[in-house]
Amino acid sequence: MDNTVFTLLPLMILVGFSLLVLVADMMLAREQRPALGIVALIGVIVSLISCSWLWNAPQTAWSDMIVSDHFALFSYIIFLVSTGLTLLLSMRYLSEEDIQFGEYYALLLLAATGAMLMASGLDLMTIFIGLEILSISVYILAGFARRNERSLESALKYFLLGAFATGFFLYGIAMVYGATGTTNIKVISQVVSEGTIRSQSFLWIGIALLVAGFGFKVALFPFHVWTPDVYEGAPTSVTAFMSTAVKAAGFAAFGRVFLSALQPMHADWTGILWILAVFTMFFGNITAIAQRSVKRMLAYSSIAHAGYMLIAIIAGDANLSSGSLLFYLLGYAFTNVAAFGIVIYLSRKGETEFDGKDYAGLAIRHPWLAFVMAVCMVSLAGIPPTAGFMGKFYIFSAAIKAKFYWLAVLGVINSVISVYYYLRVIFVMYFEKPAADYVHGTLSLGMKIVLILSVIGIFQLGTVPGSVMALLQNSMMVFQ
Amino acid sequence: MPVDLLLIGVKAAIFLGIWLTLVPAMVLVERRLSAFMQDRLGPNRVGPFGIVQPIADALKFFFKEDVIPHHVDKALYLLAPAAILIPSLVTFSVIPLTEPFGFSLFGQDIHFKFQIADVSIGILFVFAVASLGVYGIVLGGWASNNKYSLLGGLRSSAQMISYEIAMGLAALSVLMMAGSLSIFDIIQMQIFNGETGKLFGVLPVSGWLIFHQPLAALIFIIAVFAETNRLPFDLPEAEQELVGGYHTEYGSMKFAAFFMAEYCNMVTGSALIIALFLGGWSTLFFDPWVAGLPVFFKIFVQFSVFMTKLIVVLFFFVVVRWTLPRFRYDQLMNLGWKVFFELALLNVVITAVVIGFMSVS
Amino acid sequence: MEYALFFAFSLVAIVSGIMVITQKNAVYSGLYLLLTFFCLAALYILLHAEFVAVVQIAVYAGAIMVLFLFVIMLLNLRFESDSFAPPLPRMIGIGVGLLFAVQFVWIGLGGMGAAAERNIPEGTTAALGMELFTKYIVPFEAAGVLLLVAMLGAVYLAKRKHN
Repeated sequence: MDNTVFTLLPLMILVGFSLLVLVADMMLAREQRPALGIVALIGVIVSLISCSWLWNAPQTAWSDMIVSDHFALFSYIIFLVSTGLTLLLSMRYLSEEDIQFGEYYALLLLAATGAMLMASGLDLMTIFIGLEILSISVYILAGFARRNERSLESALKYFLLGAFATGFFLYGIAMVYGATGTTNIKVISQVVSEGTIRSQSFLWIGIALLVAGFGFKVALFPFHVWTPDVYEGAPTSVTAFMSTAVKAAGFAAFGRVFLSALQPMHADWTGILWILAVFTMFFGNITAIAQRSVKRMLAYSSIAHAGYMLIAIIAGDANLSSGSLLFYLLGYAFTNVAAFGIVIYLSRKGETEFDGKDYAGLAIRHPWLAFVMAVCMVSLAGIPPTAGFMGKFYIFSAAIKAKFYWLAVLGVINSVISVYYYLRVIFVMYFEKPAADYVHGTLSLGMKIVLILSVIGIFQLGTVPGSVMALLQNSMMVFQ
Repeated sequence: MPVDLLLIGVKAAIFLGIWLTLVPAMVLVERRLSAFMQDRLGPNRVGPFGIVQPIADALKFFFKEDVIPHHVDKALYLLAPAAILIPSLVTFSVIPLTEPFGFSLFGQDIHFKFQIADVSIGILFVFAVASLGVYGIVLGGWASNNKYSLLGGLRSSAQMISYEIAMGLAALSVLMMAGSLSIFDIIQMQIFNGETGKLFGVLPVSGWLIFHQPLAALIFIIAVFAETNRLPFDLPEAEQELVGGYHTEYGSMKFAAFFMAEYCNMVTGSALIIALFLGGWSTLFFDPWVAGLPVFFKIFVQFSVFMTKLIVVLFFFVVVRWTLPRFRYDQLMNLGWKVFFELALLNVVITAVVIGFMSVS
Repeated sequence: MEYALFFAFSLVAIVSGIMVITQKNAVYSGLYLLLTFFCLAALYILLHAEFVAVVQIAVYAGAIMVLFLFVIMLLNLRFESDSFAPPLPRMIGIGVGLLFAVQFVWIGLGGMGAAAERNIPEGTTAALGMELFTKYIVPFEAAGVLLLVAMLGAVYLAKRKHN
C-alpha cells in the first residue's frame, strides 16, 4: 500500500464512529442507549481490522508527523482491545449507575484516538496533541457520574494535577526544541547522536520535564499522588480504561521518545529513571499491602506495575525494550479490565467503597467468577502460566541483557512482595465464609464476553508467548 | 526621520480632528433627529438650531464635581473609562481614508498614506483590538460595586463575545474574496474599473462587496450594532431594567468618557462597514473618472466620499436607534448563537465553494 | 533596541506573572494575566510573528480572559481566604520550588544564547497558513478533534438536566 493517507485510517474510523454515536444519541430513547455501545464496539472492531491491513507496510507519512511501524500498530491493538473490553463492561454498568449517556461512548472512542496519536506520533507536537485529546477525554470520563461527589472530586483532582503535568510536558518539548532545533523524533535522534546539539543544558532540562510529564501520565512514584483517589472515585469502567489504555498510551509515547529520539543519550537518562522505577515499585507494592478496598488496592498495584514497565524502557535497547513493554501492556490490559469487571459486578449501585467482605466466599457463590478473579490475581502477581509471568520474564530478561542486574533483582523482589496482597484476595474468595445478606446478581452478556476473552488472552499470552513476540520483532524498524 | 515624525503627528491630528468633530456632532444629531422623529423640539436654545449645545455639554461635564463613591474599587474604577476609549481610537487608526499619494515637502519625497499605522495584518489587528473594548465595560461594571452595574457589565461581555464570532465570520468571507488581510487591498478590490463586477452580467454594479456579499454585510452591520451596545441591542445599559447599567456610578468627565466611547465606537464601526462593504472611497460609476483627476483633487474627492459615507451610515445608526424596540436578553443570545453564527458560517462555506469553482473554471 | 524591548517586555511579563499568583483579589489576578498576554504578544511581534501576536490578543485577551473575568465576577470571588495550605507544608513547598528554580536557572545559564535559530518563515499569514495546511496538517486536524472533545465535555458537565 503506497498511499500514506491510510496510515491514519484506524484513527479516522474511531473519530467517525464517535461522531456517529453522538448523532445517534440524539435520535435514541433513553432505554435504547446501550445500543450506542454496540455502535462504538463496531467502530473498535473495524479499526482493529484496518490495523491488520496496515501491518505489512510500516511507513512514515504526513510529512513525518505519523509513523505506522509495528510499535505503533501493536499499541493501537492494545488500546483497541482495552477500549473494546471497557465498552463491553460499560453498557450495563452505566444503566445501573444511572449515567447512560451517549457522550460516554463517544468520549471513550475519542480517548482511544488520542492514545493512538500518541503511539504513532513521530513529532513531539503530534504526541502532545494526542496526549491532550486523551487526557481531556479521561478527565471528563472520570467525572462522568455527575451526581456523585467522589466522581467529581476525582475528575477535578485529575484535571488540576494533569494540567500541571501537561505544562511540564509542553515546557519540556520547548526545551528540547530549543536544544535541537526540531520537534521531529527522527531528527532529534539524529541531532543528538551526531552531537550537533545547540545546548546540552537545555536538553537536560527538557528531558527532566518530559520525565515529569510522562511520569504523571503513567503514575510513577513522585508523580503518582493522584492515582488512588482518581481510580477510586471515577466510575469503575473508566478506571479500567485508565489503568490499561491510558497507561499504555503513556508508555507508548514514553517509549517512543526515550527509546528512539533520546536513545543516543541512553547513558544520561537511565540513572534518574532507575531511581524512579525502584521507588515506584516499592512504593506501589508496599502501600498496596495496607489497602482494605480492592479497587484501591488495584490502584496502588497499577503504580507498582508502572515501575515494572519502566524497567523495560531503562533497558534502553529499542527492539528488546519496546517488544517486552508492549507484550507486558497487552497482558496487563486483559488482566486489569477483567479484574475491574469483577469489581463492577460485586459493587452495589452507587457504592464506591469496596472491602473484602464482598469477596468472601465468592468461590462458593460464583465459582467461575472466583476462578477468573484468581486467574487475574495470579497474572498480576506474575506467576506462570499467565500473561503476567511472561511479561515480567521478558522485561527482566531485557534488563539483564542490558546489564541492569540489580534492577532485575529488585523487580523480582517486588514481585514476591506483591504476591502477598494478590493472593490474599484469592484466600478471601476461597477460604472465607460468604456474608449472609448477600443478594445474587446476574452477569450481563457483555461482562461474560469480557471475562471469557480475558481469561483466554491471559493464558494465550502466558503459554504461547512466542506468537505474539514474533510480531514484535523489530517493532520500531522504521528507525533502524 | 523628523519629517516622518511630523507626518505621523499631522495624521494623528487629522484623525483626532475627525473624531472630535464627528462625536459631538453625532450627539447633537442624535438628539435633534430623535426629537424630530418623536415630534418634539430637542435642544434648540444654545446657538442657532442648538448647534453649540455639545460645547455647552462638554463645559458642564468639565465643571461638574468629580465624585468617586467610597464603595468602589478605586484603581479599576478610574481605569475603566480609559480602557473603553482606547480600543476604538486605536482601531480607527488603521483604516485608510484615501489612496496613498506622493508629494514633496522640504525637498523630500514623501509617500503619504492616509492612515496612522499600516499594519501588515490589517483587519486581524482591527478585530484583536476591537475585542478589547469589552474590558472597559466589564471593569467599570465590576469596580462600581453595584448590582446594576455588574449586571450590565456581565451582559455586555456575553453579548460582545457572542457577536464578535458572527462578525469575524462575516468579515472572513470578505477576506476570502480579497485574498488579503490588508484593508487597503480590500477597498482597492471594490473600486469600479469599468469592467468587473457586473451583476448578472447586465447591471453595471461596481465591486462594492455589499452587492456580492449581502448576507455577510447584513450580519456584519447588525453585529456592529451589538458591539457598540446600541439599540436594539443596548441591554448592558437598559435604563428601565438596570438604571443605566455599567456606568451608573460614574459622573462628570468619567461618565463623559463612557458616553463618548459609544459614539466613538459608532464612528469606528461605520468606518469598518464602509471599508469592507461600501467600497471605501469608491464612487460606483465615477471611479474611472476620479482616478484620472490630478492627485490632490483625487485625494480630496476620495476623502470627501469616505466622509460622506461615514455620515450617512452614522445617520442610519441614529434612525435605527429611534425606530426599533429593544430585544429581550434571551432573544439577543439566541439571535447571536442560533441564527447569525450559523448564517455566517454558511456564508463562509458558500463563498469558499464559489471561489473554488471560479478558480477551477 | 530590539534587545531592550525584549528585556522590558519579558520583565513586565514575569513581574505580572508573579502578580497573578500573589494577588488576593481574583479579578486583579485576571487583569495581571491579561497584562502578561499583552507582553507575550509584544514578544511575538519582536519575533516578526505578527499573526501569532494578533491571534494571541484576539483569542486570549479578547475572548478567554473576558470569560474568565465573567465567571470570577459572577461567582463574586472577591477576596479569597488567605491560603488553603497550612504554614509548614507551604514553606516546604516554597522551598522545594525555589530549589528547583535555582537548579533550573543554574543549568539554563549554561545554555544561554545557544537556543535554536528560527527556521520558520517570517510571520506572514500566508506562509503560516501554508505550513499549517501542508506540513502540520495532522497536528492541526488533531487539534480540531481536541476541541471537539473539550466542547463535548463542557456541554456534558454543564448541562443542567439530562433526559
